[in-house]
Amino acid sequence: MSKKTLLNSKDIEIILHRLACELIENHNDFSNTVLIGLQPRGTFLANRLAELLKTAYHIKDLKLGLLDITFYRDDFRRKETPLAAETSKIDFLIEDKKVVIIDDVLYSGRSVRAALTAIQSYGRPENIELLVLIDRRFSRHLPIQPNYRGRQVDAINEEKVLVSWKETGKKDAVYLEQR
Amino acid sequence: MQGLSVEHLLGIKYLNANDIDLIFKTADHFKEVINRPIKKVPSLRDITIANLFFENSTRTKLSFELAEKRLSADVINFSAGQSSVKKGETLIDTVNNILAMKVDIVVMRHGNVGAGVFLSNHVNAKIINAGDGTHEHPTQALLDSYSIREKLGSVKGKKIVIVGDILHSRVALSNIFALQLQGAQVKVCGPTTLIPKYISSLGVEVENNLKKALEWCDVANVLRVQHERMEIKYFPSTREYTQLFGINQEILDNLGKKIVIMHPGPINRGVEITSEVADSDQSIILNQVENGVAIRMAVIYLLAQQIKR
Repeated sequence: MSKKTLLNSKDIEIILHRLACELIENHNDFSNTVLIGLQPRGTFLANRLAELLKTAYHIKDLKLGLLDITFYRDDFRRKETPLAAETSKIDFLIEDKKVVIIDDVLYSGRSVRAALTAIQSYGRPENIELLVLIDRRFSRHLPIQPNYRGRQVDAINEEKVLVSWKETGKKDAVYLEQR
Repeated sequence: MQGLSVEHLLGIKYLNANDIDLIFKTADHFKEVINRPIKKVPSLRDITIANLFFENSTRTKLSFELAEKRLSADVINFSAGQSSVKKGETLIDTVNNILAMKVDIVVMRHGNVGAGVFLSNHVNAKIINAGDGTHEHPTQALLDSYSIREKLGSVKGKKIVIVGDILHSRVALSNIFALQLQGAQVKVCGPTTLIPKYISSLGVEVENNLKKALEWCDVANVLRVQHERMEIKYFPSTREYTQLFGINQEILDNLGKKIVIMHPGPINRGVEITSEVADSDQSIILNQVENGVAIRMAVIYLLAQQIKR
């Protein structure tokens, strides 16, 4: 099993700054915008971006929510092991807000499809955008594309993109792994 | 994550501690769902559930129906009063006719002990026991424990007294199993005639003095006297029952500690519990009802997960 490093911690830091700047370009002071990290893995990226926007770019009153999509997935009862849910934590209404959905890897697009349905339970947003760290080309099952992407990766289905975060006790990095 | 160790929810006695833990954790998520502006998830879009109530029910039936609808399942309802059961149809025939309409899960309340187990051996559907005679009422026990866990942080090590008509109560038996499985201590309190003779074989102590029982406990789960199941008189008068086993504010105020009051409903106000106590801040009766929906969503969701097409 070979493992190739796609991004190291320095790359990721630069990308996070660029993504933060792109967000500011479209959302100014974020007064009408909310960030939604997808449970479980999108939350690391969402927390990191929110922190960066607050500290390095002085955005006050940034609204960040965490959304679990387990009950909205389309593979319920199609797997041997049960799907384990995580906590959704959204303490604000998203009615008429601009929503940015944040996830680490965009692969089939099915998680994002589920998130689009799930988010409706919290109100009718003005619009929804998608931000991902890694956009895997050639693997989409649905017509879903990101508005903001950290890096586009050409990977075949036999390969796996692994994102590790320092919050989990490893270092920030993105690997491409042969399955 | 492991799923449930059982294929049906027939009684608490078939569950293990991990099952209860899994149901509670899943219910936590559903409790968040039912407090959203839009209280519905699409998980069970392709599942059909039949609610078969051969005995009267208000709360349990509504709670199950709401839980099923919140999960987006299709629901059909059946009450024995308006059915062919009156015309002499057997239980298996009735249920098989319903299953012929492509039903995946059956929620059943029946007057006979073991009706759920019997059905699970003869028909091809997931069975959830919503009360079988004086035997078990598993979802009620789960929501009771869940409400204790919510109020006191955990069930383990807590002291719970079940007060009232233990003999006719499926809620009592399921609660005893569930609480012991989670490491709680259980006592029962009531007139000797309404306490089953062999209850001590379940590891449950009997306390006939209400005041002593309440002094001992952290939580009192108060049951209704089930007059409809009594063919003979078990105590001289309702007035005497209330004097000896009715809980009022004065008794609670003299305990020197604040215990939690629970009641599975329906309440006979002024008999087993006064209105003042039922509506006080010590009572978590309405929390139990809210939690009932989350618990039933969790049970249905976890069982539905096992259905393969």
